[in-house]
Amino acid sequence: MGRILLLIELKGGNDGLNTVIPYADPKYRELRPGIAVARDHTIQLDEKVGLHNKLEPLMDSWKAGDLAIVQGVGYPYPNRSHFRSIEIWDTASASNQTLSEGWIAQAFKGTALPKGVGVDSIVIDTNALPSTGPELRTIVMQDAENFLRQATALKDTGGMKDGGNPALRHLLAVRQEINGAAKGLADKLRAAAAPAEAYPQEVLLGRQLDLATRVITAGVPVVAVKAALGGFDTHANQVQPHERLLGALATNLALLRKNLIAANRWNDVLVMTYSEFGRRVRQNASGGTDHGTAAPLFVMGGGVKGGLHGAYPSLSDLTDGDLKHTVDFRSVFATVAQGCWGQQRDFGLRQASRLGFLS
Amino acid sequence: MVAPIGRRGFVAKGAAGAAALSAGLWPLRSHAAATMDFDEARHLLSRTTFGATPAEIRALEAQDYVATVDRLLANVRRDAVTPPPGWLNEGPAELQRQVQMARAEAAEKKTGVDGRPLQPERPLQEQGRELRNWWVEEMLVSDQPLIERMVLFWHNHFTSSLMKVRFPPSLFRQNALFRREALGNFATLLKEVARDPAMLIYLDGMRSVARQPNENFARELLELFTLGEGHYSEADIKAAARAFTGWTVDRQTGHFKTRDNEHDGGEKTFLGQTGRFDGDAIIAILLKHPRTAETIVEKLWREFVSLKPDPAEVKKLAAGFRANYELRPLMRAILLSAPFRDPANRGALIKSPIELVVGTVHLLGLPVPEKTQLVRMMIGLGQMPFDPPNVKGWPGGESWITTYTLLLRQQFLRRIVEATTVASMEGAMMSSPRNRRIERREQLPMKADDSTMQQMAQPAAEPRPVEGRSLRYAGDEAKLGPTLTGVDSATLLRTLLPRAPIDTVDPARTPGATVAAAMLDTAYQLK
Repeated sequence: MGRILLLIELKGGNDGLNTVIPYADPKYRELRPGIAVARDHTIQLDEKVGLHNKLEPLMDSWKAGDLAIVQGVGYPYPNRSHFRSIEIWDTASASNQTLSEGWIAQAFKGTALPKGVGVDSIVIDTNALPSTGPELRTIVMQDAENFLRQATALKDTGGMKDGGNPALRHLLAVRQEINGAAKGLADKLRAAAAPAEAYPQEVLLGRQLDLATRVITAGVPVVAVKAALGGFDTHANQVQPHERLLGALATNLALLRKNLIAANRWNDVLVMTYSEFGRRVRQNASGGTDHGTAAPLFVMGGGVKGGLHGAYPSLSDLTDGDLKHTVDFRSVFATVAQGCWGQQRDFGLRQASRLGFLS
Repeated sequence: MVAPIGRRGFVAKGAAGAAALSAGLWPLRSHAAATMDFDEARHLLSRTTFGATPAEIRALEAQDYVATVDRLLANVRRDAVTPPPGWLNEGPAELQRQVQMARAEAAEKKTGVDGRPLQPERPLQEQGRELRNWWVEEMLVSDQPLIERMVLFWHNHFTSSLMKVRFPPSLFRQNALFRREALGNFATLLKEVARDPAMLIYLDGMRSVARQPNENFARELLELFTLGEGHYSEADIKAAARAFTGWTVDRQTGHFKTRDNEHDGGEKTFLGQTGRFDGDAIIAILLKHPRTAETIVEKLWREFVSLKPDPAEVKKLAAGFRANYELRPLMRAILLSAPFRDPANRGALIKSPIELVVGTVHLLGLPVPEKTQLVRMMIGLGQMPFDPPNVKGWPGGESWITTYTLLLRQQFLRRIVEATTVASMEGAMMSSPRNRRIERREQLPMKADDSTMQQMAQPAAEPRPVEGRSLRYAGDEAKLGPTLTGVDSATLLRTLLPRAPIDTVDPARTPGATVAAAMLDTAYQLK
């Protein structure tokens, strides 16, 4: 059986340099005099890099060897527009290429998924692009009750005639999809046990992971679930807001791990964070950072080979003041497609390398 | 003088049409008649406005079809009636100054009287909000909604996005250009668009210089604006890019200017012709190419007739269009064409988010003094005015409807149905103080507004209806707005829906319940 990918988008462009910190590099402090994370706020991972101490809740996972950090992830000819860059990631496209189908959907091209419960992918966020495509039945919902209530208001379309009108045919097909998903999900979700330990509800991510946990523990046969944490576009006075975001991320991820271990599902899930880009190495005049390029991402799960993967980009060898990526994000996706779903995909790379974070 | 056709110009014809209506719901007539019946009048208006009220439809009923189309296209106004935002004449330097000032103020981290941190001002976002509200206002108040439909069409053809342009006055002026030429001349429009500052910023033309031509605009000019893929080579793009070098934007004024020393005046070979072409010469060659007219006709077809253009009809229309690129005769030909009038094409298109929102507000006659909530809904449904998702624009058609957007559309409509039609939308859709704060926070350029669904998802959080009761359950006391009062249920149903309802609607129900049922019917998504 495959694994469920739990994808967590960090919206706005997470500052990778203050997340996984190249503390030993003098350039780091030199380029970021006002916002560099102090040594005593850095949890040393090896002789070169460390975690921001707000990420301390992740250390259980690190020590258990099921947290992988992939360093220097990006792509050639980086685009610094939020919109465009997230689209590049979500569709696994090249920088100069516009694709409309999401990478998770692409991974299932030509494979017939079992009919299951009428839904293949659940997006508990507004951006459904990664799983948008004809291969997957994707449902976007913010909370289960509300989705089910709305869906029941739409009656089953069985037997309704489109009269040869293609627009109506599409509308009825979408209605059918909603009904199908609602039918399949209703019993499972209503019967799902509450997470062993409750998530904090103040941050939207907590509520999203609560639902994600229920989906996973209830055994809803989906290939992917997506959640998100917003607010990473830290152009000014970033230190405190960024710390808060990292703290919220780590607390919630640590709870997720506990809950899935308690439910005996940790081996069946792969958690991965991503963001449209990292941020400029040099801080700007407002105590923040502007849009940049490569950044690290986190991968967690029972089947993950923990540790640092990929090389940390050099702070002395920059392009236009930005880090040069060392890992193409499409290699990460190729590794996930293989490791989660057994799908061999290159995502347009001539030879996508497989990374070592999944056995 | 020709009487203008528009909301303000309508005179209700009372019960004259009611008899014809009782003859049965949606009878399909086999051939186009000289005069319109109620359903055909509705069809014509549904495609040329954002949606019509019973009075507007009745005003056209039994009128001569050709004469009506001619009136619809006559006396078009070339300017907006809504006054432009106050910052229109400020240059880029002024906006920059304001942004810097706001940043500096934010850095001081001031707190308000309640001790909470003050939300920093965001001049660019604020101007963007005003710009969107301005256009939505114009769509609602204009007596020539066809012009607004055309402006929207050109906005989606010659795309530019505020996310990239970051200078709202230039997008306002681009919108004004689309309005000026909405039903004017395509050749003029194309030449003006190539010089349009928002376009020059959006597709990097302003950075394109002889020693380093930027191909972005040239590529889209050929691929999206004129010929379409497969009708040119990479070498043609390179040649065109060279020809447009030196066209740029004045950084002080934000207006178009040329820099002769940055222009590549050398010889170029473009689509088989060789010469020292500049931008206008390239455009002239493109206008001679038969594909240019076909591209526009195909796109207009998908916007106004059906999702599947008929290749033979397209060729025929394009051949006429190419003679002088006048848009009015082209639109006239489209609206008079047999496929447009074919009853099978009624309800064959899906309403865009803007059409759904603006049309519903207009149809119900809802007072909406503040447009931000309407724009928020459009964004949630996937259509943020002045911010098409990419240079291809909104793909439209079937892609408007996903599991997510269909539920969100239903929720928006249910909200309106439950909240009564006489309460203003301010009451019905008032945001809590918390949401207003979210509103001021920078919105990330996501496909949908993060807070929309969340906000919509908490119907019980605050008591919303200010007055009145649910349309569905208020019985005969349901107060319909002035646009719908006194209209019988059968007429209401035929006004709101382009075809028979998908779900069963009991024709014996009260007018309020009928409006509610029709708005929540899947067929309401069609136009």
